[in-house]
Amino acid sequence: MSSEMTEGYGHADAHHGPAKGVMRWITTTNHKDIGTLYLVFALIMFFVGGAMAMVIRSELAEPGLQVVNPGFFNEMMTLHGLIMIFGVLMPALVGFANWMVPLQVGAPDMALPRLNNWSFWLLVAGMTMLVSTLLMPGGAPAMGWTMYAPQVEQTPYAFPFMIFAVHMMGISSILGSINIIATILNLRAPGMKLLKMPLFCWTWFVTAFLLIAIMPVLAGGVTMLLFDRFFGTSFFDAAGGGSPILWQHVFWFFGHPEVYVMILPAFGIISEVIPTFSRKPLFGYTAMVYATASIAFISFVVWAHHMFTSGMPTSAELFFMYATMFIAIPTGVKIFNWVATMWRGSLTFETPMLFAVGFLFLFTIGGFTGVMMALVPADMQYHNSYFIVAHFHYVLVGGTLMALFAGVYYWLPKWTGHMYHEGLGKWHFWLSVISVNVLFFPQHFLGLAGMPRRVPDYALQFADLNLLSSIGGFVFGATQLIFLYNVIRTMYRGKRATTRVWEGAHGLEWTVPSPAPYHTFEDAPDVP
Amino acid sequence: MRKWSVMRWAGTFAGLVAAPGAWAMDINLPRGVTPISHQVFDLHMFAFWMMVGIAVVVFGALTWSIIFHRRSRGHEAATFHENTKLEVVWSIAPFLILLALAIPGTIVLVNEQNYHHAQLRIRVTGYQWLWKYEYLSPAAKPLYGFYSRIALASEKRMTRDARLSPWSDKHYLQDVDHPLVVPTDEKVLLLITSGDVIHSWWVPELGGKQDAIPGFVTQMWIKVEKPGVYRGVCNQVCGAGHAYMPIVVVAKPKREFHQWLESHEKGTNMAKLKAAAAQAPALVAEGTE
Repeated sequence: MSSEMTEGYGHADAHHGPAKGVMRWITTTNHKDIGTLYLVFALIMFFVGGAMAMVIRSELAEPGLQVVNPGFFNEMMTLHGLIMIFGVLMPALVGFANWMVPLQVGAPDMALPRLNNWSFWLLVAGMTMLVSTLLMPGGAPAMGWTMYAPQVEQTPYAFPFMIFAVHMMGISSILGSINIIATILNLRAPGMKLLKMPLFCWTWFVTAFLLIAIMPVLAGGVTMLLFDRFFGTSFFDAAGGGSPILWQHVFWFFGHPEVYVMILPAFGIISEVIPTFSRKPLFGYTAMVYATASIAFISFVVWAHHMFTSGMPTSAELFFMYATMFIAIPTGVKIFNWVATMWRGSLTFETPMLFAVGFLFLFTIGGFTGVMMALVPADMQYHNSYFIVAHFHYVLVGGTLMALFAGVYYWLPKWTGHMYHEGLGKWHFWLSVISVNVLFFPQHFLGLAGMPRRVPDYALQFADLNLLSSIGGFVFGATQLIFLYNVIRTMYRGKRATTRVWEGAHGLEWTVPSPAPYHTFEDAPDVP
Repeated sequence: MRKWSVMRWAGTFAGLVAAPGAWAMDINLPRGVTPISHQVFDLHMFAFWMMVGIAVVVFGALTWSIIFHRRSRGHEAATFHENTKLEVVWSIAPFLILLALAIPGTIVLVNEQNYHHAQLRIRVTGYQWLWKYEYLSPAAKPLYGFYSRIALASEKRMTRDARLSPWSDKHYLQDVDHPLVVPTDEKVLLLITSGDVIHSWWVPELGGKQDAIPGFVTQMWIKVEKPGVYRGVCNQVCGAGHAYMPIVVVAKPKREFHQWLESHEKGTNMAKLKAAAAQAPALVAEGTE
């Protein structure tokens, strides 16, 4: 319905307003509504996945079993991973894309509004099915989000449901990506050349291609699992001529670019926030675009660095070691460019900027451990230890999640028309950034000292640091309630936001009123 | 339990403040007792200090900017926004750093994967949730073997309804009934496989790990320099008992080891293992490679 509305210029806004009641949200094709749905869904799942993390950290606070049994621990560990990846980070980033890509390129809506609705509700269906496996006989999947064969075949009733859920979430991602690419290629306002687009659009443009390339690989992989279990094939069963290693190759061919799916749009958010609060244009825009694209390309040829201990020949180990190290170069270029953007700026530290600076420090630490892990012989020690857990949480919590917080505080005034509570925002930042380090930094030490990941219990020498880590975890978890309160509060009250919101902000999204009207850019804007 | 937690927390804090040296042993990779573990440790430390160096530069610039380029100090924003020379420099500098890391990395890897001239071969098989060790003859026939499962002392303490505290067992989750015994100063080749799902055999002091994969044999060599007891764990999640299949390796001087092996070879286990081996001829054949 709204696709026809774009024709009608000159009508009063009331005619274009949203439908009333709950049907507005179920049938909406409006990019802002769908963006909100994605963000709210991600926020809910953040607390679901976070609650699971609290169970994990409670059990690991002391040696011995106190809270849950090992089987249930493994279910928590698996669902925590799947939910945080497919239910929180990706949907939140897609929510940002829905809200901001049309506003940033000067488009009236996403190119395929009905498809947009379908991709959101498919995601909800898939995620609901995944979480519902907790109630099934034998419980939820318990082999880790990597679903390694042949252990995954030991999953009881939940097995086909997990696979169907992955299929639905995969289709949702593919459709969402097609939509983003179509919007960026077709709906840019006249004058908005590709190399004039805000970097957030660029990172999502590249990410969308990554998703379209990798999601079918995962879908094919899990379908092979399904066939192994129910139709007598043996793709991953050595006894039938298959190979458990094949699963690892298929999975990580999806899984490694997937990591970049979660970090590239976060890079985009950071590239918007830092220039605004430095009051200086982004340093090296073109280099940033090329760096994004090269990271995406290289991410396709590094997957087997997740499998260094699986007995690959020396030549293969070397190839994947060099390729992985190579990815550090464009990533380094990005970090250097952000630092150069801040250099000799006129910095202020509102909450979005605080989170962006937090991102720079924490993500870089995750990058350092990443380079160390690329060294195959060293990885023979690090692999699957808590060192890895520390590494990817620095990248995904210290990196992506911090960027998401930065983005929410940055654009929330544009979405709601209200300023968030700056004091609460600062509390949220400082408590988060301190507790996240208390939570994850000791895990480096635990891993080096020999603690494996995905265990409900451990030897006595790991007790002190685990307790420290758990305390950090509880504080970090509780701190997020401040964020929840601040977001809900901002929806209903707070100082009225101006059109520009931030003194140093540039871009088309800051030319529409706050809150952004239901329909924007029905006439293409002038691109400066 | 709660009171105990508070005390541990207080103890940790006191330890952090008062005597960092006292717990320094537990926060880094062990230097280990094999040639490879030493090389890996040196590589790890080299990479670590490289990263510290980069951190000093990057975080230094960042911190400088945060302190001195803020508007509250009246700093006006400059307008520069690109510099091709700078982009080239900070693409090449990391490349050189990575090269400096890749060279020793490659050398250690090649040493690590040099499986030739082993003096003793041991087949390691992972199961849910225990290990089997078999000493192989030059023709890859099992001479002597045994299962190695978690020690009773841990088993009594590791359930939720256990009456005994883990703290009353010094080697909680780190002890087994029958440890793997290896000779010192001999190159021992471990042929690692699995009987069900994927496991991973990891003893940090022996320098690394290899996955145990059903239908495949992965390899790892060790040459223990010092007699002693070295402890490890299964490192690949393999079900509910993943945390409960520890690894213990006892290294004995050569002569002592061979006496030990000979005395056990004649034991009752041999017939049983030969029967077991007959059921899995494929694995034996791969072991002879």
